[in-house]
Amino acid sequence: MRKRFSIRHLFLIPVVMFGFGYLMVPIYNVFCDITGLNGKTGRISSQQVEQLDIDEQRQVKVEFDSVLNRQAPWDFDPEVNSMMVSPGKTYQTNYIATNQLDKAMVGQAVPSVAPAKAAAYFNKTECFCFNRQQFEANEQKRMPLVFVVDPGLPEDVSTVTLSYTFFDVNSKIN
Amino acid sequence: MNAQATDLYHDDHDHHGPPPGLWRWVVTTNHKDIGTLYLWFSLIMFFIGGAMALVIRTELFQPGLQVVDPHFFNQMTTLHALVMIFGVVMPAFVGLANWMLPMMVGAPDMALPRMNNWSFWILPFGFGLMLSTLFMEGGGPSAGWTLYPPLSLQTGDALPFLIFSIHLLGVSSIMGAINIIATIMNLRAPGMTFMKMPLFVWTWFITAYLLIAVMPVLAGAVTMMLTDKYFGTSFFNAAGGGDPVMFQHIFWFFGHPEVYILILPSFGLVSEIIPTFSRKKLFGYSSMVYATASIAFLSFIVWAHHMFTVGMPLAGELFFMFTTMLIAVPTGVKVFNWVSTMWKGAMTFETPMLFALGFVIMFTIGGFSGLMLAMTPIDFQYHDTYFVVAHFHYVLVPGAIFGIIAGVYYWLPKWTGNYYDETLGKVHFWLSTIFVNILFFPMHFVGLAGMPRRIPDYSVQFTDFNQIATIGAFGFGFAQILFLVLIVKCIRGGEKATDQVWEGAEGLEWTVASPPPYHTFSPQPIVK
Repeated sequence: MRKRFSIRHLFLIPVVMFGFGYLMVPIYNVFCDITGLNGKTGRISSQQVEQLDIDEQRQVKVEFDSVLNRQAPWDFDPEVNSMMVSPGKTYQTNYIATNQLDKAMVGQAVPSVAPAKAAAYFNKTECFCFNRQQFEANEQKRMPLVFVVDPGLPEDVSTVTLSYTFFDVNSKIN
Repeated sequence: MNAQATDLYHDDHDHHGPPPGLWRWVVTTNHKDIGTLYLWFSLIMFFIGGAMALVIRTELFQPGLQVVDPHFFNQMTTLHALVMIFGVVMPAFVGLANWMLPMMVGAPDMALPRMNNWSFWILPFGFGLMLSTLFMEGGGPSAGWTLYPPLSLQTGDALPFLIFSIHLLGVSSIMGAINIIATIMNLRAPGMTFMKMPLFVWTWFITAYLLIAVMPVLAGAVTMMLTDKYFGTSFFNAAGGGDPVMFQHIFWFFGHPEVYILILPSFGLVSEIIPTFSRKKLFGYSSMVYATASIAFLSFIVWAHHMFTVGMPLAGELFFMFTTMLIAVPTGVKVFNWVSTMWKGAMTFETPMLFALGFVIMFTIGGFSGLMLAMTPIDFQYHDTYFVVAHFHYVLVPGAIFGIIAGVYYWLPKWTGNYYDETLGKVHFWLSTIFVNILFFPMHFVGLAGMPRRIPDYSVQFTDFNQIATIGAFGFGFAQILFLVLIVKCIRGGEKATDQVWEGAEGLEWTVASPPPYHTFSPQPIVK
């Protein structure tokens, strides 16, 4: 008599694979974080910034872009369109957003960096995108952004574009 | 009732036919009954999905919006795909497996007969849920069968119905697959070693593993979508830190093995049929088995070739391009083996053989266009055009579906005890083959010229080829009515079939009577 194959083990496979589907979410995020795919930018503490070597010789152009997700009722623009930066040095700039509605709103900015290979070298110590932004009716806000370009940025990258998409997240909260 | 009494009753039951009346079909645990149910279900869904395709082709007969509004058109493209994949091809394969697999390995029935009944009867309810969305306010799902968010999250009340129906279909096919694995593992007749199993059994064995591995991943993806829409999670919502592209990765991690689920059993069917009508043993049996296993393995590492244009690093694109092209190697092994089987064989061209030959030739056309799509730089041009539509319809219609039809013709005399009308079968084959090419071949051209898929309107320069395709669609669709007529005729009577049915047929299923008794192989046969 052949040894019987247990069917119970078979039922485990779909259960494990259902879990694997969910496991792909953190795997995907970690993978994108490490590779900088999807333009996901990094976060850095001020202590870490001090350890970076400043490369005064090199000038990199950082461009600022703003996108409003469909129907988001804001005016949303960068204060300056671009700036020349030295890798390793900390810079500050602002984005300005105005709530166009007569009621309080909550928004969330999501950053993205192009080209993708620069994303891993673009770090922020402070960013309005770290938190949801509360707006009173018709309120205008200057939202700060403090960033540093890592000196390890590949040599062939001379322009980095930082784009923020602003989302209306009221429905998420209510 | 104690256990002994149950056994006594069961023994008694074994020597009789099925209980009378329609209730038999609801409570049956007999693999032949359930196979029949699956096959009829699949045929009915084939006509429903086909009617949807004809709505699409009618609208596309002329540029501009003529017959249906764009929203309904999009519902048709979405549901046509879902019905054909989950309602036609997969149930047809499970139906063929139910009918033939126990007979081919010398088992008395499937290993888990009650679960078998359940996995069939979930299907009508799953599709009831899915098709009921057509009558809802806001209509059915219309974001394409791939359900990419954020677009699919704009679906109205249909979305939860669609998601629950996908859950049900997933449960059904997982149970069906487990049943098949259990049958093959435990119920093979003495002497039926793995490397003696018929290839249809082998391909289904591998397909069943693919099914239990990837259907749950799809269930997970649609569940994430459900919680995104109704419970405030943000798996695919960028505003909440999620990523819509991630859905595409999870979906195609399911989706690519799924396309092999839709073709591997057809490979098996053709590998049964060609040796029979060539009156030769299958050439390269073991290489066929290893090729099937390699295709199944590769299917897990090529998924992102469906999404070359989302923005991947060069290394990723190269990896997915080369692994995809690698699949051509085991597939080529199969095609050459089929051709070598026919080489110097004493061939005859009965209808099953004609469909199998049509499969080999036209599936290869679809395979080649797949190779073209595998090349990343070229894919940027072809992505989301009718070239892609032409490609996957070539592998699915004259591929998977022709394989199924060939299998039905091959075993129909065994199931019914009567030979089908050979002339009608040949007419069915030639009409199908001619019209399927009129239908899908022009799509290559409009695709290369840049016509996008899933669009109810198009530029006037595409009109001629679209009109040709629409004529082909109606021809192909109506030719399938012949198939229905032929099956009904064959069930009602005809020339009595012998046990062996075909002169060159070999295997356990041909040792039982035609039609087979309700219970076969109660004492298991011994394979030498």
